[in-house]
Amino acid sequence: MSTTTLPTQTVNIPGRFGAYGGRYVPETLMAALEELELAYAVAQADPAFHLELDSLLRDYAGRPTPLYFATRLTEELGGARIYLKREDLLHTGAHKINNCIGQGLLARRMGKKRIIAETGAGQHGVATATVCALFGMECVVYMGEEDMRRQELNVYRMRLLGAEVRGVNSGSRTLKDAINEAMRDWVTNVRTTHYLLGSVLGAHPYPTMVRDFHRVISKEMRGQILEKEGRLPNAVIACVGGGSNAIGAFYEFLGDENVRLIGVEAGGRGTTLGAHAVRFNGGGSPGVLQGTFSYVLQDEAGQIALTHSVSAGLDYASVGPEHAALHDSGRAEYVSASDADALDATVRLARTEGIIPALESAHAIAECLRVAPTLGRHEILVVNLSGRGDKDIGILSRELKLQGA
Amino acid sequence: MPIRFASKPGLVAYLTAGDPDLSTTREIALSAIDAGADVIELGVPFSDPLADGPVIQRASERAVAGGTRLVDVLELAAELRVARPSAGLVIFSYYNPVLRFGIEKFCETAEKAGVDGVLVTDMIVEEADDYLVHLRRHHLAPIFLAAPTSPDERLKKIAEVSEGFVYAISRTGITGAQKNLTADAGQLVRRLRSYTNLPIAVGFGVSTAEHVAAVGEFADAAVVGSALVAIIEKSTSEEAPSSIARFIRGLRESPSLAGAAALAR
Repeated sequence: MSTTTLPTQTVNIPGRFGAYGGRYVPETLMAALEELELAYAVAQADPAFHLELDSLLRDYAGRPTPLYFATRLTEELGGARIYLKREDLLHTGAHKINNCIGQGLLARRMGKKRIIAETGAGQHGVATATVCALFGMECVVYMGEEDMRRQELNVYRMRLLGAEVRGVNSGSRTLKDAINEAMRDWVTNVRTTHYLLGSVLGAHPYPTMVRDFHRVISKEMRGQILEKEGRLPNAVIACVGGGSNAIGAFYEFLGDENVRLIGVEAGGRGTTLGAHAVRFNGGGSPGVLQGTFSYVLQDEAGQIALTHSVSAGLDYASVGPEHAALHDSGRAEYVSASDADALDATVRLARTEGIIPALESAHAIAECLRVAPTLGRHEILVVNLSGRGDKDIGILSRELKLQGA
Repeated sequence: MPIRFASKPGLVAYLTAGDPDLSTTREIALSAIDAGADVIELGVPFSDPLADGPVIQRASERAVAGGTRLVDVLELAAELRVARPSAGLVIFSYYNPVLRFGIEKFCETAEKAGVDGVLVTDMIVEEADDYLVHLRRHHLAPIFLAAPTSPDERLKKIAEVSEGFVYAISRTGITGAQKNLTADAGQLVRRLRSYTNLPIAVGFGVSTAEHVAAVGEFADAAVVGSALVAIIEKSTSEEAPSSIARFIRGLRESPSLAGAAALAR
C-alpha cells in the first residue's frame, strides 16, 4: 500500500539503521543534537561515567532484575518453558528507569539543569521525575490529556516527585501530541534544557543512545538463561510501542540467528486506520515523524493517523527506526495482540503466577500464550515483562468488569 | 521566475493553504501580492506541525480537516502563477507529505506549476543530498532555515546549498507573533552575510510595521506568517482578502503611520 520511495542515501550517514533513522528536525535543534551526540560519545569512552551508571542501576534502580521461571504458566500451556525477565521489579515499576538514569547523568555532564520529557503511559514521566528529584533538576513532563485521564495515578506520582505535568489537548491528546509539545518547548529553550526522550525514537543520537541504555536487559537475560538452562532461548518476546524495551531485550541476541526475536504491537480494537497502533505488516508505511524516518501510520496524503490501544504506552503512530530495519531484514518478527488479548493475558498471568503485568507487557504475554503451546517442552521462551500493572488498575477494573471477569 | 525583492525590505507572506478553504486562500494570496508581498509561501497543512505555534497549528488543523492535500496546494500554486506571473512562489512544508507524494513527482509537478522555491522545515542540510538532486533537476530553489543556535560551520553549509534566499529564524522558538524582535536576528544575519550574497529574509515573530522596518535595517526581507493567519482566523472568507491587503500595506508604511492606522481601525 506504500507509495513512498526510500531515500537513496542510506550509507555513511550517522544514526542510520539501513534506510531508517537520520535527523529531520527544525534547524534550531541541530546544535543541541550535535552537542548531545558529542557528550554521549565522550561519556561512552569515560570509565567514570560507566562506573556511576552501573552503581546507580544496581543500588538505586535494582539491577540485575531476576529471570524468573514461570512454573505454573508453563505447566498450564503445556509447551515451551517460559521465563519472565522481571523489568517490572525495577524502581518506578518499568524498564524506563534504565534510560532515565543514563540521560540524567549525561544532562548533568552537559550542565543542563532543566529537563523536559513526554510520556504516554506515564512510566517514562515517572522515571524522569524520579531522576530529576535524585539529581536536583527542574522537570517538566508533557502528557496528552487523554493519557492523563487514563493514567491518573502516574500523574499524581510525577507531581509528588516535584515534576510539573503539562496537559496537551491537541490532536489525539496522546503520546504523539505530547512529543510535539515537548519538541516545541525544546526548540524554544534549547540552550538551557535537555530533552529526555523516552524511547528509541526521534533524531539521531536518540535511537542509538536510548537503545544502548537498555541493552543491559538482554545482556543480563543472555547470561541468566545460559546459567539456568545452559543454552540460549528459542525466542524472545517483547511489546513494541516506541520500541525501547524490545530493542533492549533483542539487542544482545541479534547475532544469534537461532534466537527468534518477536515484537508485539498494539492491535487495538480492529484493523481500520485509527483503531490500532500496528505500524508493520500493512498497518503503516515508511515516513518521517518527529525527527526520524521509520514506519508511520499515515493516510494517502501523508497526514499522521490517529491510533488506539488500551495501553497508553503502545499508542503511537511511529516506531523506532532500528525496529524498521529489523523488520525489513527479517531478523525480527512483528505481530500484534488486540486490546482483548492483552486484557485476557493480564488475568491469565495474574492468576497463574501472581504477577499483574503492565498492559503494555500484557501484549507480549498474549503472544506467549499463543506461541508457547505450539512449541515443544524442551524449547525456551523469554518474555520481557517491561513493567508492572499497578498504574493500570483503574483501566483493568473498568474493562474487565465489562467482560464479567 | 527567480525570487526577487523589488523594494527594501522585501515582504514574504506565509499562508496556510486551505485555511479556511482553497478558493479563499487563492483570493487572499492574490490580494497579498497586489498589496505588495514579493513572495507567497504556500504552507502545506500537516497534522503534526512541531515547529509551529498555536496560530499556524490551528490553521493546519482546519485545512487538514477540510481535506487539503499537497496536490491541491500545487494546483493552487499553478493558478497563482498564471494570475500573477511575476510574484515569487514558495512551497512550505514538513517533509512527510512530500515524501508520501514522492519527491520526484513533487518536484516535477511543482516545476510545471511554476513554483520558484521549496522550504521543508524539518529538512536539514546533512539529510538533503537526494532532496537537492531532485529540486535542482527541476529548477526549484532550495530554501533552508538558519537559526541563532547554528554554529558558523553550519551557516556556511546552509548558505552554500540555499538558492533564492536564506530564511533566518529571528529567535529560538516556534512560529508566532511577539512584541519585540530579539538581538539574535541581527547577529544571525551579520554572521550569514559573510557566507552568502543571497538575499536574507528574517522570520518568526515578525508581525508589525515596526518589526518590518527594524528587519529592513539589517536584512533584505521580512517573513510574516502567524500575524496573517491570525487575521484570516478572525475574518469571514469574504472579508479576509481585503483585511490581509490592508494589513500588508500597513506593514510597508512608516511605523508611526502604521500605528496611527492601527488606531484608526
